[in-house]
Amino acid sequence: MLSYLFIGGSFLLYIGIAVWARAGSTKEFYVAGGGVHPIANGMATAADWMSAASFISLAGLISFVGRDGSAYLMGWTGGYVLLAMLLAPYLRKFGKFTVPDFVGDRYESSTARIIGVVCTIVISFTYVAGQMRGVGIVFSRYLHVDINTGVILGMAIVFFYAVLGGMKGITYTQVAQYCVLILAFTVPSFFLSAQVTGHILPQIGLGATLETGQSVLATLDQLSLDLGFAQYTAGKKSTFDIFCLTVALMCGTAGLPHVIVRFFTVPRVKDARTSAGYALIFIALLYTAIPGVAGFGRVNLIQTLNGPDNTGTEYAEIPSWFKNWENAGLLGWNDRNGDGKIQYAAGAAFDGKKGKPSYAEGDERGEFGQRLASNAKADANFDAAKQPFANEVYVDRDIMVLANPEIAQLPAWVIALVAAGAVAAALSTAAGLLLVISTAIAHDLMKKTINPNINDKQELMYARLAAVVAICIAGYFGINPPGFVAQVVALAFGIASASVFPTLMLGIFYKRMNTQGAIAGMLVGLISTVGYMWYFVFGGGDSADYFMGVSPGGFGAIGMVLHFVVAIVVASMTPPPSEEMQRIVEDLRIPRGAGEAHAH
Amino acid sequence: MSISSESAKAYWGENLRIIMTYLAIWFVVSYGAGILFVEQLDAISFFGFPLGFWFGQQGSIFVFVVLIWAYVASMNKLDEKYDVQE
Repeated sequence: MLSYLFIGGSFLLYIGIAVWARAGSTKEFYVAGGGVHPIANGMATAADWMSAASFISLAGLISFVGRDGSAYLMGWTGGYVLLAMLLAPYLRKFGKFTVPDFVGDRYESSTARIIGVVCTIVISFTYVAGQMRGVGIVFSRYLHVDINTGVILGMAIVFFYAVLGGMKGITYTQVAQYCVLILAFTVPSFFLSAQVTGHILPQIGLGATLETGQSVLATLDQLSLDLGFAQYTAGKKSTFDIFCLTVALMCGTAGLPHVIVRFFTVPRVKDARTSAGYALIFIALLYTAIPGVAGFGRVNLIQTLNGPDNTGTEYAEIPSWFKNWENAGLLGWNDRNGDGKIQYAAGAAFDGKKGKPSYAEGDERGEFGQRLASNAKADANFDAAKQPFANEVYVDRDIMVLANPEIAQLPAWVIALVAAGAVAAALSTAAGLLLVISTAIAHDLMKKTINPNINDKQELMYARLAAVVAICIAGYFGINPPGFVAQVVALAFGIASASVFPTLMLGIFYKRMNTQGAIAGMLVGLISTVGYMWYFVFGGGDSADYFMGVSPGGFGAIGMVLHFVVAIVVASMTPPPSEEMQRIVEDLRIPRGAGEAHAH
Repeated sequence: MSISSESAKAYWGENLRIIMTYLAIWFVVSYGAGILFVEQLDAISFFGFPLGFWFGQQGSIFVFVVLIWAYVASMNKLDEKYDVQE
């Protein structure tokens, strides 16, 4: 009941803001009129940036992989340092509406502009599919509607404020959404931390010593080892792979079009720098709480499932969250030793690549009332030297943040708050992405490439039309999610770091960079990264053949290096850009005279 | 532009030096402490955390925030020195 109230209330708030902040001109639609205060812009950027992946998935991921999760924590925050110092102020000075706009004008080529449009659209669509799935999960679990109804409801809300309000509506809704999502993440993290360690702040709590005399992390290491997992604070992937992954995530963050466009909305170059500073503060409030939530969640999960005496918990006695998530299909129990008790340890309980249970249509139940999966492992084999029993449980990583407050038995309003926060995180990012797609189509494709004669009103109409189409496509992906959302999001970062980030950087810092170099660089970065990921993720490539052991998620770093090398070599063999362009590049390095973001 | 080309060059040179300095710290903290030397630093205990683990999951984020604000302050000062502020 409380969930309806919290989510419904937050929706009313967003709609109210959307009505108040309607967009009347293309400038308001694209960059919110260019007069957004840096603090408001920082909050909007933070909400725009922190998606369902940050809110729902990241703590769950770290909970399961431990130290290797550092790549995501550092990658998704360190990118802001690059943005603030290498891109944002100069792009603001250049004064355009979009990333393809900068690429097309700086390199004086509509081919370059179109490659920019392609990158923008591919990055944004792959990303938005994941958001809609996040909305679907929350709706199906908390509002007890089916996922499709949930997605359509989410689409309707985004439609309302993105199409009506454009960037202006989105900016102010995102400020509200930031407030909702940060409360929704930190409040339960305080509860959790206080409950497990006695310290309110999870940042300190994670380092605390428990009543047993062991620190939280040492306890986690011990629990993990006892159950046959690798130690929580030890790395599993190779150092070089983690290095590349971090580079790809950082440079990808700095090259995401929907984040960059936020820096076009502030009045001055100086404000672009401070905006990045505020944005990172607001992001850090959530990100520094994540390791704590991940760690406490892991301890609670293991202790709840295996019981106080470490022999397992009777299925009949397990708290209701377990059964709720089982019904949602994101959790599964396969009683391999037939003792009616749930036991959690290393290894898979279900057959197949990911060990995920596949439930048939209908609701087949076993002798204890558990759902029966068609791929349940038939044997009960395990390595007795490493763990006390065979693993019988599948837990989807994505449910950790949502299930955490229930596992810890926090009050009902905290659980409702978390649901509202997850929806806010997913919707704010989806809206930002949809706007970028519609701008790329209306402004860069229609106005700048196909038909330059359309007036402001017509361009605005095209932008709204493109937003409508984009929302429908995103909704389709939400209802029929590709089974590879996580890999697809990695693809978005890979493309951003191998194509967008280097081309923007060279455009600012290398005056001699010309049309030919830029086009060659973008194509090499784009094709090598997409090809590598495609081959290893979808084409059946074997991980033994990884280039220097780099996993597909980290290949964006290699693609970026290729981009830089090819672009510089090609540029040095072809004529330099025009005198006028070199003067413009010199000019964009000086803050004075930025004026407002303009279209022509 | 009101600013002469020599002074524009000098401004850009100083700007690049500021960026390089801060990015050097950025690299050492994240890639150095959080990834390359994480094993060695983990031998040191820091408020209950192994130090390398702490840098990877908490410390580097705090340092990033400080770096951006230090950069904002340095650039505002530089803009005024060369009289290119808005």
